[in-house]
Amino acid sequence: MRSKDKKIIAAILLVVFLMIVIPLLALKGAEFGGSDDAGSQVVEEIQGEYEPWFTPVLETLIGGELPGEVESLMFCVQTGIGVGIIAFVLGRFVERKKWEA
Amino acid sequence: MTKHQKKLIVLSAAFAAAFGIVPQVNAMHIMEGFLPLTFCIGWGVICIPFLLSGFFSIQKKLKENRKNITLLAMAGAFVFVISSLKIPSVTGSCSHMTGTGLGAILFGPSAVSILGIIVLIFQAILLAHGGLTTLGANTFSMAIAGPFISYGIYVLCKKLKVNRRVGVFLAATLGDLFTYCVTSVQLAMAYPSAEGGVTTSAVKFLGVFAPTQIPLAIIEGLLTVIIMITLENYAQKELKSTGYLEEV
Repeated sequence: MRSKDKKIIAAILLVVFLMIVIPLLALKGAEFGGSDDAGSQVVEEIQGEYEPWFTPVLETLIGGELPGEVESLMFCVQTGIGVGIIAFVLGRFVERKKWEA
Repeated sequence: MTKHQKKLIVLSAAFAAAFGIVPQVNAMHIMEGFLPLTFCIGWGVICIPFLLSGFFSIQKKLKENRKNITLLAMAGAFVFVISSLKIPSVTGSCSHMTGTGLGAILFGPSAVSILGIIVLIFQAILLAHGGLTTLGANTFSMAIAGPFISYGIYVLCKKLKVNRRVGVFLAATLGDLFTYCVTSVQLAMAYPSAEGGVTTSAVKFLGVFAPTQIPLAIIEGLLTVIIMITLENYAQKELKSTGYLEEV
């Protein structure tokens, strides 16, 4: 990889890191709930009480809300699948370049 | 694309148009059960022509060059990773990104609709995030509207000879933002305010989504640029075969 590109990537990663961490530090005590939930609150504001007419399949199956810990597990599984594929493919690309040179 | 495939797309497009719903919308994952039945079906029908043409375009890309599958898998994996990360924003609430910009730039917007719907189904079934009834609406906003804007902006930047990386950044960022705009309008159409109707509602929903999403959209743009820089360095052959880099 060209060294100029390396520097660009390092700079971008730093910016991304700061953009994520600064809100956490700046807004002490904020709830950081999901904006999808905030959306449902607006629905209630406009419509009055709103009862969703369909519950997620999984919640019907296990008879209740998905426990928070399990939800984070599922999100991790999703991330894991993605990272696995990206890392595998990128790894092959990098090795290939090494042997070509 | 064969004649048969074209016919299928035109037919389904006509069907969608006959449904009488104008596809003009902006938003993010709408929760399960939060859209009235007619909207669920309507959005689903609108998505069908896009999904069909996406399916055929992927088929064609793979037929042209079997090796395109590596980058396609990467674009899909990128959507998986990026849309699973909930990130705190300046407004004190969390949201997540879409990750569809990369695929749109590499393979065109319709191919991404397939990648996007896979992720949405995964999240709807296993995570109770989004939903099966709102799958149509969510697919339209995240896997169709966003990528189309991304692709449009990328092509525009290329025409205007903007630096390629800046173009990638703008395309991914604005595509992400547009997804949330579409979601807001979708919700507003289902929940018009008593006073002011759809417009007032749309402004309200946008007020919730937009400020949270702007920083995240920028992050998504930046991450997409990183992946692009890496690919430019290590996967020139593949990028040429998708048409991203010109043949030298």
